[in-house]
Amino acid sequence: MEREFALRSPISRRRFFGTAGVTTLALASPPAFADATAQTSSLPTVNVRLTVNARQLALDLDPRTTLLDALREHLGLTGTKKGCDQGQCGACTVIVNGQRINSCLTLAVMHAGDEITTIEGLVEDGDLHPMQAAFVRHDGLQCGYCTPGQICSAVALLAEHKAGWPSHVTADVATRPALTDAEIAERMSGNICRCSAYPNIVAAIRDVNEGGRA
Amino acid sequence: MAESKRADVIGLPLDRIDGRLKVTGRATYAFEYATQGSVAYGVIVSAAIGKGRILRIDTRDAQHAPRVLLVLTKDNAPPQTPWGPVDLPDRFARAEPALDTDEVLYFGFPVAFVVAETFEQATAAAAMVRIQYDPMPGDYDLHAAGPSAENPGRIDGNGPADSAVGDFESAFASAPVQIDAHYTTPHQHQAPMEPHATMAAWEGEMLTVHTSAQLTTSPQEGLARTFNTPKENVRIITRYVGGGFGSKLPYYVDATLAAIGARTLGRPVKVAMTRPQVFYTTTHRTASEQHVRLGADRDGRLTAYGQEALVHCARFDLFTEPVCDAARRLYAAPNRLTRHRRAKLDLPRSDSMRAPGEAIGLLGLECAMDELAEALDLDPVELRLRNDTSSDPEQDRPFASRHLAEALREGAARFGWNKRVAKPASVRDRRWLVGLGVASAIRGDILQSATARARLENDGKITIELAMTDIGTGSYTILTQIAADTMELPVDRVTVRLGDTRFPPTAGSGGSFGAATSGSAVLAACRKLKAGLASGMTESLGSVTPADLDEAYSHAGFGAHFAEVCVDRDTGEVRVRRMLGVFAAGRILNAKTARSQMIGGMTWGIGSALLEENHVDSRFGSFINQDLANYHVAVNADVGAMEVVFLDEADPHGGPLGSKGVGELGICGAGAAIMNAIHNATGARIRDFPATPDKLLATLETLDP
Ligand code: FES
Ligand code: FES
Repeated sequence: MEREFALRSPISRRRFFGTAGVTTLALASPPAFADATAQTSSLPTVNVRLTVNARQLALDLDPRTTLLDALREHLGLTGTKKGCDQGQCGACTVIVNGQRINSCLTLAVMHAGDEITTIEGLVEDGDLHPMQAAFVRHDGLQCGYCTPGQICSAVALLAEHKAGWPSHVTADVATRPALTDAEIAERMSGNICRCSAYPNIVAAIRDVNEGGRA
Repeated sequence: MAESKRADVIGLPLDRIDGRLKVTGRATYAFEYATQGSVAYGVIVSAAIGKGRILRIDTRDAQHAPRVLLVLTKDNAPPQTPWGPVDLPDRFARAEPALDTDEVLYFGFPVAFVVAETFEQATAAAAMVRIQYDPMPGDYDLHAAGPSAENPGRIDGNGPADSAVGDFESAFASAPVQIDAHYTTPHQHQAPMEPHATMAAWEGEMLTVHTSAQLTTSPQEGLARTFNTPKENVRIITRYVGGGFGSKLPYYVDATLAAIGARTLGRPVKVAMTRPQVFYTTTHRTASEQHVRLGADRDGRLTAYGQEALVHCARFDLFTEPVCDAARRLYAAPNRLTRHRRAKLDLPRSDSMRAPGEAIGLLGLECAMDELAEALDLDPVELRLRNDTSSDPEQDRPFASRHLAEALREGAARFGWNKRVAKPASVRDRRWLVGLGVASAIRGDILQSATARARLENDGKITIELAMTDIGTGSYTILTQIAADTMELPVDRVTVRLGDTRFPPTAGSGGSFGAATSGSAVLAACRKLKAGLASGMTESLGSVTPADLDEAYSHAGFGAHFAEVCVDRDTGEVRVRRMLGVFAAGRILNAKTARSQMIGGMTWGIGSALLEENHVDSRFGSFINQDLANYHVAVNADVGAMEVVFLDEADPHGGPLGSKGVGELGICGAGAAIMNAIHNATGARIRDFPATPDKLLATLETLDP
């Protein structure tokens, strides 16, 4: 029979391991913990001022903190998702000064003074943004994990298109391309959806572009 | 929607109930229950060798790194129940201990765990753990291990490894038309968008685990087993899950280590796998080698029908992908043979990925059928129709419902199949070669056990509770519809609560049984409550068991896939222009979410035909592709026009709801239809999946410019 995993309260490390009958543990000596406490105050942090969803915020951050983790782990804005943490999936897409970026690929300290819009910021007075409503209507989501990134990407995409930006599938980059399904699909291909809601995502974006009901 | 009446509600294309939460970012996934300051962050350190032993782990630097709270290795991890038992009937409830051995079983095997105040600190400290290994040579190559493969006895789903009817060998030898072809499929990964993650917290003896899981009761039992505590002391919460596709059927060391960390530190700990860890620390779909032999008379009737498969499982495990399951039930033939052989490799565990068995078995089988049609000079749709059957060819019982022929005919008519030119490489559109392909779809249907609670609230609303999950499949929505329909209430009077082991137990989401199983339990609970309302009943429990599916019949969903591809004449790039799937999947519970499920499956078909593959670096035993830039899943631009049609199918023997699974049927056969279209476009027969451009170039060079 296996040894007992000591499930006793109150929780104490000593008791946990003591009951387990394991005494010669590196962790039984506390230096790591003492050091941790000692270094707490000396850790360098950077004060960053961000404007997130029209709110001005000041954060003391470890300079290594990505914009994504600043949003999720410091501000509790967990609508922005972490799918890969390496710029390959688009789940972390947010809108910075009007342009979509992968928030996992950029440090929060690089965005002092920037205007950041996350999925939470698209809702106005409790009303869904037309793109959010279109995603629901067209079932442009399944598990929902890629969805905030898709929607932020889609909102910025319409602005890019309005500004006349061409894409890889634009036949003539000198003229303003029509926003065909192929243009939408191409411009949304930085946002992976493993559930593969792609056709419905395209339909939702087309609908909003054509002024479909909000 | 508020005034929907009874009998209107089930099947309606209702918007996803959880849609609003998900599009506003307010659906809470496992890692999102606490922020910095109220939770400590754990990071898993993965082994950098494929097989061997840990000689020494030096954690001094890591322990002294800023604000590190805990560094766990095999030297100080608490005792846990050893992994397994390997033959536990519910393999997802096995003990999953962490850091309990100095052996490295596969590349990426968890070897240390670092907890710190912040994610950045834990990540930095994890990189400071120094490990000395004694590496050993491992077996990583499926083909090389083939000769030592064993007969697994049973395959996943509990069918026999081998089956035989009549005399296959002599029938094949004497068949006037023969196809004898070998196919290979590569290792594939589920790659759900949400990496596996857990947050654990203890209150006294009670362990609460927020985790990203397809199942609830299995990880509850498994963690209890790991920690040798009664399962009542473990609570699993999994309200929203960012995709599973099989990879979240097991629970993993993120759960074990979060629990140990939280216990040790006396505070909540959360752990998410990195994207590379999702590739090598969870499960994947085994590569396969398939040998398909088909013998037919000149009219195209199969006389000999055989499929044999070689798959791998981890050296310490028993999983066998049921590659030939689909073949056993798809076509009639008097002489039949299927065989599974399993090689043990020093790789991470192979286990379920969307439609285990059918998804890759049909790639081989349905491409071989295309080869047979060509050899017979017979239309591929017609060949399939000629070999249709109304009874299960190996089980001596009728199908409860089977509308394969209708799906093929309907699809052919809608798709414009009659415009297909049988001779390959006949149709050109500027620099593109254009082709059409078809394949059949089949996916076995089962019912599992589940219980649901229905409660009448003081305000007249109904609350439904069960330990079911919604992994993007639409459980919240269809269960709401079933309850509203049964109680004759508008859907906004029903609240469905899922993903919590405090609720009555269910088998969770997997194998496409989720909707029928949990839906039948909700149906039973609501019927009971409704009948009892007059006598003052306010709460009821309803259950379903596998026995509620009539065993006198064979149960499966069917369909037909049609694909049009174009192939770049010079580069070999393949584009899927359009796909049509026609499905007979029993009663459709929500036309909108069911369509989405099918589109998802069909898109995975594009992945399996054109994109998805992994290989093992034979020097290190590591998967070469460990991220989403290198492991290619279909993106938006890879997907052409997708059309889904559901046939009206009433299945009187199909269990309490008469529905069939839709989560997996869409992938079954989809990749084969694309591969057959590539053949029609170019003349190339690629038997080594996926059809990357390099494999097409040789054929393209032989074509007229
Ligand atoms: S999390 Fe940023 S791109 Fe994947
Ligand atoms: S909705 Fe699941 S990944 Fe897109």
